[in-house]
Amino acid sequence: MIQDIKIDVHHLTRVEGHGNIVVDVKNGKVEKCEWQVPEAPRFFESMVRGRHYTEVARVTSRICGICSIGHTLASLKATEAACAVEISHQTGRLRRLLKHAENFDSHVLHVFVLAAPDLAGAPSVLPLIKTHPAVVAGALKLKRLGHEWGSLIGGRTTHPTSAVPGGFTSVPTEDELQTLRGRLLKAAADLEPLLEVVAALAKNIPSFYRPTEYIALHSDVDYSLYNGDIQSFVDGRPKERLPVSEYRRVTNEYVVPQSTAKYTRNRLPCYAVGALARFNNNHEQLHHEAKRVAQALGLLPHCFNPYMNTAAQAVEMVHNLHKSIQIIDELLAEGVSLEKPAAPTRFGKGSGAVEVPRGILFHEYEYDKEGICVSGNCIIPTNQNHGNIQADFEKLVPELLEAGKGEKQMELALEMLVRAYDPCISCSTHYLDVTFKR
Amino acid sequence: MGKPTVAFFDFACCEGCQIEMTNLGDEAFLELLNHIDIVEFREAMSETTKEPIDIALIEGSFTREADRARLEDIRRRAKVVIAYGQCATTGGINALKNHQKDYKEFVYGHAAGMPHLASDSARPISSVIKVDYNAFGCPVSKYEVLQIISHLVHGKEPVIPDYPVCMECKRRETVCRYHEGDHCLGQVARAGCGAPCPASGIPCEACRGFVSDPNLASLKKVLREEGGLSERRAETKALMFTANETAGRPA
Repeated sequence: MIQDIKIDVHHLTRVEGHGNIVVDVKNGKVEKCEWQVPEAPRFFESMVRGRHYTEVARVTSRICGICSIGHTLASLKATEAACAVEISHQTGRLRRLLKHAENFDSHVLHVFVLAAPDLAGAPSVLPLIKTHPAVVAGALKLKRLGHEWGSLIGGRTTHPTSAVPGGFTSVPTEDELQTLRGRLLKAAADLEPLLEVVAALAKNIPSFYRPTEYIALHSDVDYSLYNGDIQSFVDGRPKERLPVSEYRRVTNEYVVPQSTAKYTRNRLPCYAVGALARFNNNHEQLHHEAKRVAQALGLLPHCFNPYMNTAAQAVEMVHNLHKSIQIIDELLAEGVSLEKPAAPTRFGKGSGAVEVPRGILFHEYEYDKEGICVSGNCIIPTNQNHGNIQADFEKLVPELLEAGKGEKQMELALEMLVRAYDPCISCSTHYLDVTFKR
Repeated sequence: MGKPTVAFFDFACCEGCQIEMTNLGDEAFLELLNHIDIVEFREAMSETTKEPIDIALIEGSFTREADRARLEDIRRRAKVVIAYGQCATTGGINALKNHQKDYKEFVYGHAAGMPHLASDSARPISSVIKVDYNAFGCPVSKYEVLQIISHLVHGKEPVIPDYPVCMECKRRETVCRYHEGDHCLGQVARAGCGAPCPASGIPCEACRGFVSDPNLASLKKVLREEGGLSERRAETKALMFTANETAGRPA
């Protein structure tokens, strides 16, 4: 069927930040099909210049309100690499516990509040308060747990306070950790029925197949969120690994001719980061309970359907809860004490990476001899996904046309695709990726 | 009378202040919905409105002329406008770049002159439209926001603190950062947050801006003499969240 289709979603909803979807089909021919990012740029790399090394993470945390814990941790790791700071075992454990809290908190928000309405055929979570009251109340309860869990370790979840270069300025008491342990156990049980609802709705996840390159941190020790090297997985090829200090060899930022957006590329013309990329790289290291949920949701390695990123997030929630219980047990076995944050032993240049909910995040700084920042660079997951989203669009739009989908169905399918990446657009335009000329 | 309608709008910001609302969790957030109708909240819902609104919460700074018409439209439709979070109330962290001349070139290199990258100084929302109330903070205090909304719903005038963070540290018996050999901006920083930062062992960075008449000359002296900061750091310390408030003041 030959048809004209015009889609102009100006400021996509239920995502962090501002993005547009533009599709123009004339006589059945795709004339334009673009994912655009008109977010106001914010110039963080410039703003960190002149700040003391103790203040830099507090500035770059403000890149993103949802993953500010991850920005803080990536920033601290980069600063510690630049200043040759060694952190203690306790600090490492507390940071991993904090990282799990952020991942859980963000995934609860995305899976139940931002993505689920699409699967349930609602415009937002508000109508679901009437149709699925137990699920919404349960999800908000888990959201609050994620927030309080992160606040216990980091002082606050939106722009944490107590995580500083070299360690923590306050630590939870053993009683508080015991209480948290109990709440995590209860949450694992409370999550079960909610995930059953998601599993029932999972049949509404569109089937779409486009293998790409998947990049995530990898460590031999665990399913990596805080430690590890950069790993690239491409189906049918050997995995490649590089240390974080060589991140620029992986991100290879470049400018596309039709826009000023910086995209990234590594082995393939574009790559994906995020929960699905982590799953495809590291699924063997998931907690067995998380593996069981992956099966129930139909998420099998390796998965090349980008819409399944939401399912991978649900699987990670289960992993976050169970791994955190283990970390708390380790902390309690050794006892928790307030340690003086480790001090810099030099000032120079260094980089750091963590997995934030939306994928691998790189920070890099250089400090002068007084510990004042002279340059900074941050490469954000959503930046790394913009090119991959565009490539998905270019395969998906002709397929939807072929299947005879109308304008509204196509619009929803494209919106759902972008939402599945859980983009964090304010993050990505802290920087150059602002793009797009009409 | 029906429930008042409330809408959230965002400009240049990290949207963390909107996230703070979802951190209220099940009890407070679901209870809030018994008293207000959220009619637009792009980060969380697809519903939008072109209708008049009772309360508009505007997050983010004004950084480009292209956003002026949208702000004016919100003002025309809203009975009450609340600048929501520090980017909106004073320019917040975005204003750090206001003191740099080369920020565009530094970040965008050769592409800096392209029109869609236009970004001028970061200004508060009140530089474009009339703002009725300020919810300060980076991030906002979610409980203070609840209180502001609750006051408005009950026809009361919200009370926004104009005294320093030191008062709140004394109230919760937090040991002063200066006694710990650290520095702090709490003497001149606007309270209302409950002083969580000194309580977790870090200095107040004045993320809610300054009280209305801060003694900045004394602040710098104290930072140098009591906090042990170098001349250079004492000079730039107070710029982090208060760059617009510091500019043009006698030091």
